[in-house]
Amino acid sequence: MRPVETWLYPASLGLYCEPGNFYIDPPRPVVRALITHGHSDHARSGHTHVLATSETIDIMKVRYGANCAGDFQAADLGHAQSINGVTVRFVPAGHILGSAQIVLEHNGRRAVVSGDYKRAADPTCRPFEVVTCDVFVTEATFALPVFRHERADSEARRLIQSIARNPDRTHLLGVYGLGKCQRMIALLRAEGYDVPIWLHGALVGLTALYQNLGIDLGDCRPASAAADAELRGALVMCPPSALMDRWSRRMGEDPVRVFASGWMRVRGRARQRGVELPLIVSDHADWPELLDTIVETGAEDVWVTHGRDDALVHQLSLMGRRARALALVGYEDDAE
Amino acid sequence: MRAFAETLDSLSTTPSRNGKLALLTAYLRAAPDPDRGWALAALTDGLPLRIGFRRILSELMAARTDPVLFKLSRDFVGDTAETVALLWPAPADPAPPPPRLGEVVDELLNAKPAEHAAIIATVLDRCTVRERWAFLKLIGGAPRVGVSARLAKTAVAEIGGQDVSAIEEVWHALKPPYTELFAWMEGHAERPDPGNVPVFRPLMLAHPVEDADWPSLAPQDVAAEWKWDGIRVQVAASAGDVRVYSRTGDDISPAFPEIRSAFAGVDVVADGELLVVRDGAVAPFNDLQQRLNRKSVTSKMLRESPAHLRLYDLLFVSGEDIRALPFGQRRAHLEAWHAQVRPPLTDLSALVPFATFAELEDLWRGAREAGIEGLMLKRRASPYLAGRPKGHWFKWKRAALTLDCVLMYAQRGSGKRSSLYSDLTFGVWRTSAGSNERELVPVGKAYSGFTDVELRDLDRFIRANTTETFGPVRAVAPKLVLEVAFDAVQPSTRHKSGVAMRFPRIHRIRWDKPADEADSLDAIMALIDRPAA
Repeated sequence: MRPVETWLYPASLGLYCEPGNFYIDPPRPVVRALITHGHSDHARSGHTHVLATSETIDIMKVRYGANCAGDFQAADLGHAQSINGVTVRFVPAGHILGSAQIVLEHNGRRAVVSGDYKRAADPTCRPFEVVTCDVFVTEATFALPVFRHERADSEARRLIQSIARNPDRTHLLGVYGLGKCQRMIALLRAEGYDVPIWLHGALVGLTALYQNLGIDLGDCRPASAAADAELRGALVMCPPSALMDRWSRRMGEDPVRVFASGWMRVRGRARQRGVELPLIVSDHADWPELLDTIVETGAEDVWVTHGRDDALVHQLSLMGRRARALALVGYEDDAE
Repeated sequence: MRAFAETLDSLSTTPSRNGKLALLTAYLRAAPDPDRGWALAALTDGLPLRIGFRRILSELMAARTDPVLFKLSRDFVGDTAETVALLWPAPADPAPPPPRLGEVVDELLNAKPAEHAAIIATVLDRCTVRERWAFLKLIGGAPRVGVSARLAKTAVAEIGGQDVSAIEEVWHALKPPYTELFAWMEGHAERPDPGNVPVFRPLMLAHPVEDADWPSLAPQDVAAEWKWDGIRVQVAASAGDVRVYSRTGDDISPAFPEIRSAFAGVDVVADGELLVVRDGAVAPFNDLQQRLNRKSVTSKMLRESPAHLRLYDLLFVSGEDIRALPFGQRRAHLEAWHAQVRPPLTDLSALVPFATFAELEDLWRGAREAGIEGLMLKRRASPYLAGRPKGHWFKWKRAALTLDCVLMYAQRGSGKRSSLYSDLTFGVWRTSAGSNERELVPVGKAYSGFTDVELRDLDRFIRANTTETFGPVRAVAPKLVLEVAFDAVQPSTRHKSGVAMRFPRIHRIRWDKPADEADSLDAIMALIDRPAA
């Protein structure tokens, strides 16, 4: 039995599986890339061969164009295949539509590269599945014990209540364009918010893709098509960068600025961004979810990719597990 | 606790004053006594609790979290109370809902110091994360949610449809949880009697004199005084106590013990200008500023920056309210009283004699030369009226100075201006000693003086000429000249340039003028005031 670190390790182009001769979520173009999900720091353009779930492939094509890789191969969830003697299986990660953990087996050892994941319910994607393994490769975006996300449905209700209380003010909701945007819409719809939701241009394409893939998001329209009067008292969604920018001036004198993100747990972050209504909704695991997941996988070794690796490595050592920071370059710690 | 936590939570992220006021008023209307009174205390003068807050928090957390994780968390969050609220572990058994505010405060007030930690831990066990944060802010001193004491009092006044000045008149005679205050606002009780406690009486404020005002003024009906560059205060003295209040009714007595001593045993409410006077000359405003916002003062400060009160009005004398008397008669009372009592460290703001406005204008023109801010004009017939009544008192500031400065940094505004770069830092050229190199040094920051259209233009310019970004601040290429108006310039050790402007505002945007031709630091230095007598 060969220890995992002899056949799976960080190389200069990204996390590399040597016997399989492929990279997972490489930040630079490679010959063969396995992609966990469609966020831009994980899925990049320019690879020769891409293996990913069909939804992730669709997302990549919307973002980068149909020819953003030499060829695409769709991975069926749960279905094992062999790449140069390494058994590869994609398993749902619960992060965004199409997101998957990648399970690798070689020489009697199993490693799970989780990509980004969460355990909380999400109406727009399949839930995380636990796979027991020897090595679990985890993210650590919210790996500080202060991060305990709120229930997403109750946060959606807080937004609906605020809209009802402020009928003259536009609510401007800043969201990450892929995943968070569509999840928030779905949550709002599930809570009974059924009037049109207006979208900044940057959110239109991926939202249409979700709808084409069968996720019901109700009546979503481009904000550019709205008459100014229609935006009064309405909900408009935009990328976080537009929340404070010139674009937002169309939203009347005094819009309620809302931001849905795990970072909103910390008040200073909300104030820094001038957010009036912070919603603590995240597509990443919070601290208890990270620890529970690691325990459930039974992994003796935990490799921490991006985020607050210092706190997580420390905590795992207190729990008697071997943990190390992989220090992979190219991932955004702050993205969400 | 739930309603208080929700209110405090929203207050902490609501940018606009009106939004905050609406939230506060709604809470104070709906919450029962004494809960709302304790909440009001937390937002104004603080709860009368003596708790070793920092020590208790660190003991509680040491027993519940790993020190490394606590430190990493504290560093990330930046606020100890918030970190504790976020990290607090949920108890294994479901806890009952949190107690009411009044119950917790009572319990803490009646407990021995050794019992405080256990009480706080029990409350935290029963709270949600937002409630834990609000509770710790409540008992930990200043909650820092962007609500001034005055705004909180304004919210109380809204309940009774009153002006905030009505609250301020009785405030210092009241104690938390302010039950009688709410009863008064809701019409169940009479106005609380301030009795002998030296309470704050809202000040009478002046308007800038405008061209349209002059026809309504006649020289014989108006008294003139020099306008002093200190801070406006009210000294309220009764047999038992002496308080010094700022113009907004904050009790600043602890910072000025010598003024309290000077009025010991005197029965008067007087209006005047607090100054630092050294060897008979008024020191720069900066010296006075060093003494503000202090809970106590050192003997060195008392020696080096001695306070002095220049009196210009009397509101009460020997227990008698004389505010309804015309200014002329109050002035006579002031002069007679001062001649008789002569409190140390005080003098009178002299009336400036004049026969015609032309004569007064000559004096006004000489104000800058004399190092004086300008003139005050007061109608002799006016009673002492709270607030800023129109047509009674006027300030006639000396003409502003202007200099051409270069825009250096810009920062986003807040509230309605949060998408616009409206806070502008500007500088002038300084030539380094022994070389011909010139560099810009910042001399001030202005937020006002431009129209909305100009603000949009400035914003566009700033975005197009940004050289570097530091968080919310942009460094701007030194290209745009701003003609800055200001009232005075004073030496300052706190600014790199060595000078500080008073009340700078943008006078004109000089799109036409090359930055090279902006003013130099020498030009500013030449404008520093000589000390006034």
